[in-house]
Amino acid sequence: MNAPHPPLRLLIVDDEAPARRRLRDVLMDCADRLPVEIVGEAGNGLDALDQVQRQPVDAVLLDIRMPGMDGLECAAHLNQLSNPPAIIFSTAYDAYACQAFDLNAVDYLVKPVRADRLVRAMSRARRLNAAALDDLRAAHPKARMHLSVNEKGRIVLIPVPDILYLRAELKYITVRTATREFLIEESLTRLEAEFGETFVRIHRNCLVARERIREIGKLPGDEDGHFLRLDGLDERLTVSRRQYSALREKIRSI
Amino acid sequence: MERWNHNNRHVALPNFCHLGVNLRIALTVEAALAAMVIVRTLDFDAFGEQFLTLSALAQPALLLTLLALCAAGRGLRTLPYRAGVIATLLLGAAVPAATTVWLGPLLGEPRPIALLSVMAFALLLGALLLGYFNLRARALSPAITEARLEALQARIRPHFLFNSLNAVLSLVRSDPRRAEHALENMADLFRAVMRNTSQLVPLEDEVALTRAYLELEQLRLGERLRIAWHLDQMPSEALIPSLVIQPLVENAVYHGIEPLPDGGEISLDIHRSGDKVHVVVRNPVAAQGSSHKGNRIALDNIRERLQLHFDLDAQLKLEPQGAVYQVHIVMPYTHERTAPALASAHRR
Repeated sequence: MNAPHPPLRLLIVDDEAPARRRLRDVLMDCADRLPVEIVGEAGNGLDALDQVQRQPVDAVLLDIRMPGMDGLECAAHLNQLSNPPAIIFSTAYDAYACQAFDLNAVDYLVKPVRADRLVRAMSRARRLNAAALDDLRAAHPKARMHLSVNEKGRIVLIPVPDILYLRAELKYITVRTATREFLIEESLTRLEAEFGETFVRIHRNCLVARERIREIGKLPGDEDGHFLRLDGLDERLTVSRRQYSALREKIRSI
Repeated sequence: MERWNHNNRHVALPNFCHLGVNLRIALTVEAALAAMVIVRTLDFDAFGEQFLTLSALAQPALLLTLLALCAAGRGLRTLPYRAGVIATLLLGAAVPAATTVWLGPLLGEPRPIALLSVMAFALLLGALLLGYFNLRARALSPAITEARLEALQARIRPHFLFNSLNAVLSLVRSDPRRAEHALENMADLFRAVMRNTSQLVPLEDEVALTRAYLELEQLRLGERLRIAWHLDQMPSEALIPSLVIQPLVENAVYHGIEPLPDGGEISLDIHRSGDKVHVVVRNPVAAQGSSHKGNRIALDNIRERLQLHFDLDAQLKLEPQGAVYQVHIVMPYTHERTAPALASAHRR
């Protein structure tokens, strides 16, 4: 016989209490085949993030469709951890998501969950790679509620409504809020696609929060040079010639 | 459960009290009058003046004729179809003629209006309109309408089905009785969805179905789903198309409650006011708008079925009110005796 594995430390995340109870029941039934220790339950993505950081968790059973922060966004933030848990998604019915999972070879469970299927998924549970996660999120186009960064091993969430601008700088993107700056590793093009309703492009390297635009002015001494100022920020942001006319159109339509 | 089946109904006179019928008659008469004036004047400037002069007589005549037809409608429709048509035409010619005799002198027309031409005009138009209503009734024959209704058959959201099954499974061990009850509710719901929706059902049955549905949702959502029932003034015996209220409430849960972490309240208000039944469903609006496409499809489906059953006498209004989204349905109050024929109010 093999040396007994330590039980898998598992977090169950689903917004419906009966669904969580059902998963517990099924896990209990197959405890001999798959020793697990259920370290907690969470009713939404935020709660899940919190719990994962308070105790060691090997794997997360993560429902996709949840109010507030949904499963896919939660997975994206969890992946910011230096040692992220394995993630197994679950869904009652979501044709598009399932297709995307299959394409990216990401294991998922459909509810109601069968014991065999659960054992199989758990025994090969692993971390999501970043590319697969991007693909999944592209197939499920819903803007995140937060951006996240890893600061000293902890996930810091930046609520999207707090963000004033996003500026690409070499490898990173500077996220500016009224109080401070963060550096995140994402692509500005993807961010523009995801948050196109909230942010407008003013320069090749900069997106600003549409509703925070306070004034647009001419740069002195430059014929077509323009700058822009945001609520609660003294900094002048450069508006590129190419974006200026498009920007004026958008502002007028607000 | 009582139902009214309207197959094999032969073509009958339209119900002249219905808005849709009145509108069609009025528009045709106006168009005919306008055409007549155009032909007579052949001059754009004179048209307005002549049309106004003519309308002073024609509008009261039209109104009185519609009133007379509505009043006599029940009697007319008990006659055999042919006799009914003749009686309708006579009435339709007599009322304008009488109006001319009465109003003609008051209007001080320079030349007296020929009574005969008024009657001929009315007879001709009347025959044309009855022909049209006959054709329309055939086009909307029960078979065709039923096929259209069948295509509009309500569907169960797969999301709801699998989540409910999951919730029931979670109860089987801990609370078998509740599990049983939930399965009974599911059976009722599926029976209703698979049933032919071309029939009218008593309002209380539809409300019972909605209750069964909400009990299932409550199982999953627990305290996140709160319901305020306002049914004190509900006319339980009124007949409505089946699956009109339940899908509205399902929409309210899916778009209004599920996206909210703390849930919210759905209110259902059903009452009768005069000869109308009002159904008002309210739900909170989730801040982050989820896709409203599914919502539209369900509402379009209900709207089309209401139209097939009640023509212009039923309405579905969407009334977003800030943080609350409201859907308001108005249907004619019908009960057993006056149950309208399938698809058109005109064939009664």
